[in-house]
Amino acid sequence: MPGLEDLYREIILDHYRNPRNRGELESPPATRTEGFNPLCGDEIVVYLDLDDAGVVQDIRIGGQGCSISQSSASMMSAAVKGKTVDEVHDLTRAFKAMMSIHENALEGSDATDAATGETDGIPDVKLGDLEALRGVVKFPVRIKCATLAWNTLAQGLEEASTEA
Amino acid sequence: MALTTTDPLDAALVKADFPLLARTVHGKPIVYLDSAATSQKPTVVLDAMQHYYETINANVHRGVYAIAEEATNALEAARGTTRRFVNARSDAEIVFTKNATEALNLVVQSWGRTNLSEGDVVVLSHMEHHANIVPWQMLQAEKGIEIRWIPLDPEGRLDLTDLDRLLDGAKVLAVTAMSNVLGTFNPVRRLTDAARTAGAISVIDGCQSVPHSATDVQELGADFLAFSAHKLCGPTGIGVLYGREELLDAMPPFLGGGEMIRDVTLDGFTTNDLPWKFEAGTPPIAEAIGLGAAIDYLSSLGMDRVRAHEKAITTYAFDTLTDRFGDDLRIHGPQNADERGGVLSFAFKDLHPHDISQVLDQHAVCVRAGHHCAKPLMKILGVGATARASVYVYNDTSDIDALADALDATGDFFAF
Repeated sequence: MPGLEDLYREIILDHYRNPRNRGELESPPATRTEGFNPLCGDEIVVYLDLDDAGVVQDIRIGGQGCSISQSSASMMSAAVKGKTVDEVHDLTRAFKAMMSIHENALEGSDATDAATGETDGIPDVKLGDLEALRGVVKFPVRIKCATLAWNTLAQGLEEASTEA
Repeated sequence: MALTTTDPLDAALVKADFPLLARTVHGKPIVYLDSAATSQKPTVVLDAMQHYYETINANVHRGVYAIAEEATNALEAARGTTRRFVNARSDAEIVFTKNATEALNLVVQSWGRTNLSEGDVVVLSHMEHHANIVPWQMLQAEKGIEIRWIPLDPEGRLDLTDLDRLLDGAKVLAVTAMSNVLGTFNPVRRLTDAARTAGAISVIDGCQSVPHSATDVQELGADFLAFSAHKLCGPTGIGVLYGREELLDAMPPFLGGGEMIRDVTLDGFTTNDLPWKFEAGTPPIAEAIGLGAAIDYLSSLGMDRVRAHEKAITTYAFDTLTDRFGDDLRIHGPQNADERGGVLSFAFKDLHPHDISQVLDQHAVCVRAGHHCAKPLMKILGVGATARASVYVYNDTSDIDALADALDATGDFFAF
């Protein structure tokens, strides 16, 4: 049976207690994107400032939610700052793969072979602190908490690139 | 010694009637405190459904053979049991639906679409479940009806100061008898009287009230009352719509198909008598029989004793949680057990409900965390979600003690 310590790693609690990049950015020029978890009512706001070269100049996180959604958002904000849009996409895919979510799995291009554990097409990206969220997979109900910020960020990137 | 209706319930005896409550979770005895979401089922209900499938399983109302007649009789007997339970005037007033949500949608889609047009007013309250909001909003999108809202006072009761003004010109008043978040009992009779005076029909959501206290639709003066079986010790898959016969009679059918017709030709159809006019297709037969058994079970305990028991547990919960956690724990809604049922939504320290319920689960304590399908109310309370412990006839003070112990552990775990 997975225990609480698998879910609530110390680094997660640290990000929950001391969230990074909490706040707002003036929008515009920044994009402002809201994400909701309809199951629990959590909401997250991602403010995203991309420069002309497609680099994340700044990011801020608003909204409220549980320790998992808040710490995931906090770690995400720290991880994507200074990265290009392509790098952010790779990081997002790597994070979601860790959460056992394979978005292109239907086409077979991005699937994990459950028998061998070999991955195909998942970017080789260092997840750093985000690794601490790996235990969430053992609590399937909470996966949506961990991915809320990332889905909101993806939507924000889409909006930012449409505007550019 | 024979029990009289004034003797308190023996919670240990009642608990023994519910097989699931004997199981363990994570190696600990289960503490089930989520009966506002769904109740556990006593053996007599499970046996009644099993007996149906093993001995009289046949489709109802058409077969001439013996077991078809027995199945039909069992289904209709369950209807009679349900009628007596809420004191409706006739079986024609008891419609079986898929769940309470479908019952409310039936009212909106049949009565509402027929009788409401642009600008007509429907009055709801801020404490409604989505099932008594969204169907009306769907009609609003289609027809342009106006929705007015009864606000709440700071303690989580309906603020009826402006009721007459809100009801002025209204055609419908649709409110819950008891909040699934705040636990508040609403003054249903006062509300239905005010609606009638204003020329509006009344639609009462009885999902939380009917399983927990005696219900008399004639005394309540309700035109419609919806409730579900699975919250009152019965199975999922069946709900009940009580409707005043005169209203049901004038309403067009909701779903079309078998059973609800008298005759079908290439040119059209005529409808069956009440209540079958509203029961298209094969009904939930086993579920109806399970509902009947659940009502018999609760009636044997006595609904007044069920209410007295839950009131005592609720009072104990208030005392225990206040005593042990003081200002660290705040229960939403009225603070007096006379005014409320055993639904306890609470805020604990500044912890998120998801995190609370996650730790409680490790202690085998089952509570709900979320918006409880009442997002407008969450907004008014200024929270995204709440943790909610809810009690029923099989809970006792040891369950509340277990909740308090597990909350203690939760506070320690997240201590900053």
